[in-house]
Amino acid sequence: MALELKNVTKKVGADVHIHPTDLTFEPGSFNILLGTTLAGKTTLMQMMAGLEKPTSGEVWFDGHNVTGTAVQKRNVSMVYQQFINYPNMSVFDNIASPLRVARLPAAEIQARVGEMAELMRISAMLDRRPSELSGGQQQRTAMARALVKDSDLILLDEPLANLDFKLREEMRDELPRLFAERNCVVVYATTEPTEALLLGGQTAAMHEGRVVDLGPTAEIYRNPSGLESAKVFSEPPINLAKASVKSGWVLLDEGVSWKADKGLANGTYTIGIRPHHVSPVRQSSKSVVVEGKVKVAELTGSESIIHFHAHDHPWVSLSHGVHPFETGRFARFYADMSKCFYFDADGHLVDLAAAGKAA
Amino acid sequence: MARITLKNLKHAYMPNPVNDEDWALKELNLDWDDGGAYALLGPSGCGKTTLLNLISGLLTPSHGSILFDDHDVTGLPPEQRKIAQVFQFPVVYDTMTVYDNLAFPLRNRGVDETTVNKRVLEVAEMNDLTATLGNRASGLTADGKQKISLGRGLVRTDVNAILFDEPLTVIDPHLKFQLRSKLKELHTRVPNTMIYVTHDQTEAITFADKVVVMNVGEVVQVGTPKELFEEPHHTFVGHFIGSPGMNVLGCEVKNGQAYIAGKRIQTANKASAKAGKSEIGVRPEFVKFAGRGLEARVVKVSDAGRFSVVEADSAGGRVRLLVEEGGAIPSDSAHLEFDPTATRIYTDGWLAGREGQP
Amino acid sequence: MNKTVNQKAWFFVAPVLILVAFNAIVPLMTVVNYSVQETFGDNVFFWAGLRWFEEILRSPRFHDALGRQLFFTGTILAIEIPLGVIIALAMPRKGPWVSVCLVLMAMPLLIPWNVVGAMWNIFGLPELGLLGKTLNMIGFDYNYTRQPGDAWFTLILMDVWHWTSLVVLLAYAGLVSIPDAYYQAARIDGASSWAIFRYIQLPKMKRVLTIAVLLRFMDSFNIYTEPSVLTGGGPGNSTTLLSLDLVKIALGQFDLGPAAAMSLIYFLVILLFSWIFYTVMTRGEEQ
Repeated sequence: MALELKNVTKKVGADVHIHPTDLTFEPGSFNILLGTTLAGKTTLMQMMAGLEKPTSGEVWFDGHNVTGTAVQKRNVSMVYQQFINYPNMSVFDNIASPLRVARLPAAEIQARVGEMAELMRISAMLDRRPSELSGGQQQRTAMARALVKDSDLILLDEPLANLDFKLREEMRDELPRLFAERNCVVVYATTEPTEALLLGGQTAAMHEGRVVDLGPTAEIYRNPSGLESAKVFSEPPINLAKASVKSGWVLLDEGVSWKADKGLANGTYTIGIRPHHVSPVRQSSKSVVVEGKVKVAELTGSESIIHFHAHDHPWVSLSHGVHPFETGRFARFYADMSKCFYFDADGHLVDLAAAGKAA
Repeated sequence: MARITLKNLKHAYMPNPVNDEDWALKELNLDWDDGGAYALLGPSGCGKTTLLNLISGLLTPSHGSILFDDHDVTGLPPEQRKIAQVFQFPVVYDTMTVYDNLAFPLRNRGVDETTVNKRVLEVAEMNDLTATLGNRASGLTADGKQKISLGRGLVRTDVNAILFDEPLTVIDPHLKFQLRSKLKELHTRVPNTMIYVTHDQTEAITFADKVVVMNVGEVVQVGTPKELFEEPHHTFVGHFIGSPGMNVLGCEVKNGQAYIAGKRIQTANKASAKAGKSEIGVRPEFVKFAGRGLEARVVKVSDAGRFSVVEADSAGGRVRLLVEEGGAIPSDSAHLEFDPTATRIYTDGWLAGREGQP
Repeated sequence: MNKTVNQKAWFFVAPVLILVAFNAIVPLMTVVNYSVQETFGDNVFFWAGLRWFEEILRSPRFHDALGRQLFFTGTILAIEIPLGVIIALAMPRKGPWVSVCLVLMAMPLLIPWNVVGAMWNIFGLPELGLLGKTLNMIGFDYNYTRQPGDAWFTLILMDVWHWTSLVVLLAYAGLVSIPDAYYQAARIDGASSWAIFRYIQLPKMKRVLTIAVLLRFMDSFNIYTEPSVLTGGGPGNSTTLLSLDLVKIALGQFDLGPAAAMSLIYFLVILLFSWIFYTVMTRGEEQ
């Protein structure tokens, strides 16, 4: 029961919301759509659900073309960012509603709602109205309703975005477990790279209506296919700088240089280095010094995020421990360039291993 | 600009509070320095919004008093307290331009137009609103609107304090980061006392010089971000701050020392003489795999990119620890070592030796 | 947005289309037919072209009726809209009194129109009515059946009594939808009550007030039952509004042609005013 998008596009007037996209999601898989707001995650999900019809292209499910099939006729569940429940029904009736529509016997409804409530830890609240619940409990109710029927396709559109920080942490922990035994396709949209990583599965990184990268989540993080994918997958934002490679040396506008890896051809590149590889303390012998003027130092207790300007280019450093810096002061940072990505003029990642072998 | 003092402050929404639970805000004494950046942090229903409304004057406390620079303002309505507030949902005057929105608080106070113009331009520049000054405020995005709300506070020169009530709730996640930095930067430029209410530890800690952590109507710790992280005074603080939160493990106490399954655990403090439930608290950052130490079995590894969160079961309970990218993770049985300077004994939730002292 | 093409949808819309056809389109076409024909009875019709339209548009009788109609509508709008807003502002927004106020407000709206007319007819009688008698007792020479001024006074008072509630309810709905944070922010910004009204409450009520004005405009232009029961258009022709005049022509004199032409002009006037008003009120939002 795989879900396939075949050359799907979506245009609204002259605006292209989704560029031609091919995606295949296998049954039993957990898939993440990662991208900023307006990257096209919601539009893509609505086309998967059948809430929106693609401008061109086809949606196939289980080997059938379902492009024109109405959402009611597909076996789909959806969870939204807002907690959507029936306000004048009890939590029990809310969860039971899809089963009642499917005309299941009362005893089975009772059993399945009970089981789902147990899993979502809302068993004690079944008699209450949604308005009497906390935000987290309301969202659990909405999720329970979506999961209680055996859907072939479950779509979750930033379901944790409106929850308290700690609750988000807890639910993120529980979510993969909920889907582990199901043989359905799960698609989960999020804007947060860390959330994507912790949830695992496979990720489609999206940017301005295109899928810019696709693969197992951790692999995309470690080997982004290109510039856009690396940008989508970094919070705080990845540091980017123009670099030129000449006679075995890499040189940045920032006045920083280091020995180029074997096989890196001469020319201009964009280098990308994640903030945690730029530190106020030297991490490795291959680190180079980047000097800059501190704009803001954010301390999270366990980590310090320091924004600074080097040659008027914004840089971010993320490091363990507390490193207070005064705004406006010049400071030295150590960038571990052995960890940096090289992107060519078209924004593609340069495969250093392959280049090294060739050389 | 003012120093804010809260004296024996208590509040209940019901007329005759009897039990401890009847108080939405339990007795509180605090001193906030002029020009400081403070955060009130806690889960929903912990009393932080009640406290904020008491300070702004939208609520009058059932007991105790509030002083701005030693003047008692307990009975004053919000408009006489000279405070500014940024709300959870952006409040802008839809029919006015951005300029008129910023000028509104000054014009209401009869400030002359030359001064208004000067102040508005100054504040617009600080908030990156200069380009949109002539636009209708209703057309702006959520973060633009929040900047206007903030700007209306900054434009006044008579403000005692600027209060923020979860101001980033409706902001796009990738813009939250920017606005957070902006707030921090603004605080370095304007000398106002700022109080920021949130349930988000990152927001609180990145913004504030001092964080007030609250739980069920009670302040459990007041401290710098570093103090909250390194020496939580309460297991709640340990749990609530940090992601993942502090490990809290069951232990026995003998002669002031802590033991898990008969094995002695070195700690930074001594168990208190008081009777009560004893626990060991240690953050995931201060636990590592070692050749010897507490026996445990690895049950789950989550790859978070630059580090992995490893979960291991021990005799004291589930332990989470962080392993750097590329670090070795045993596949099954392992030994855990706790950093003795960052491992502490807690009695009934409170740090042993300082029970009940936030 | 692209919607799935589904021909079955027509099946569901069909009953409404048939109903509308019988209710509106067929009668309207009949009226259009009559308006360009002349008849002397016996179902014999002659082509009259646009003669009736010309005649109506030139007739002083029509001008007077239209003038009275505009005066009536203008006056009740000028009273009911501000009064409705003021009452809505004065109503409590929380607590047990909310439902009491709402029920009180809704009451006049529940009374059938002819009963309203009859009520005020008796209420205003100089010898018997509470209003008429009281006014005369305290020294006013009040008699709405004889003096045009008094007739107008009663007519407008009746309409205000009957319909201000509608404006109140709409304005109130707009007011309660304003989040508390707006009022709190305004207090902190040092805004006066007038500024709060001008910059928060009025803008937030704009949409519902637009609807209120449109509804009251159209309703008052179509008003028939109440003035017909109250004054019957008198004394003389002093309170003969357009609708009353139309019925007089059509049923009183059986001039079907001119009556039909007048109906159409009447209809176009309402349409034109509503359109102008709606465009002006919503133009600001699109910018």
